[in-house]
Amino acid sequence: MNNNIITLHYDIDGTNFTIAGQASSNIKKVLKQLGVDPAIIRRTAISMYEGEINTVIHGKGGVADIYISPDQIRIVFTDHGPGIADIEKAMQEGFSTASAEARELGFGAGMGLPNMKKYADALNIESTPGEGTTVELIINIHS
Amino acid sequence: MNLKQVQKTLDATILSTTPWEDVDVHSACGCDLMSDVLAFVKDQGMLLTGLVNPQVIRTAEMMDIRVIAFVRGKVPSQDILDLAQSMDMIVMTTSYPLYTACGMLYEQGLPGNVRKEQP
Repeated sequence: MNNNIITLHYDIDGTNFTIAGQASSNIKKVLKQLGVDPAIIRRTAISMYEGEINTVIHGKGGVADIYISPDQIRIVFTDHGPGIADIEKAMQEGFSTASAEARELGFGAGMGLPNMKKYADALNIESTPGEGTTVELIINIHS
Repeated sequence: MNLKQVQKTLDATILSTTPWEDVDVHSACGCDLMSDVLAFVKDQGMLLTGLVNPQVIRTAEMMDIRVIAFVRGKVPSQDILDLAQSMDMIVMTTSYPLYTACGMLYEQGLPGNVRKEQP
């Protein structure tokens, strides 16, 4: 990997839950091509996938911007959905406001944000109810 | 455990065309909740589930799980199979329900890949 930062951008469709995960799948392939450690790839893929699913379920779609440097992977999800009224509560395992459709597909168990925190080295959430949410994930390559 | 033994134990039908007869799995988990698979599964292995949708394949992809058995006789649609095929996954279906299928494999010596969580 050279010293340049690789920047990637994905639009996340909020209307089709069945195709969610494509951006995470692509990032996994990119990291593999870059020769990143498989354990780091796995942690990145899981936390990004949870973020992508959240952007679909809760954000009603949005964008993902990914910055890959030799030292870290930074993923920023931005949506203009309803926002998170109580971030502390949203971080609790089991707390969920997901729709019945999301639950039928195996999600909405209130594990998304706790999982992202578990697998990433840093998780930062900024949200304004009625305006949207920005979620930043950082995974250190040399931790 | 070799997949031939898995297939025989579950009396499963292999639905994918990826070569499978020489593949071994060392652990398995049975779960219908993909959030829990993402949260608690520690090792790559085999996933048994009664949930049938593309997110099962995506979850397996993120977890580096290569073998999926759909229980209760469920057969995924061709687009789901194509997605799994594009990732070289091995997909099978068994008529047994989830609990029974997991128990049969466990009895044959295939351990779980979810460690006991602290209460």
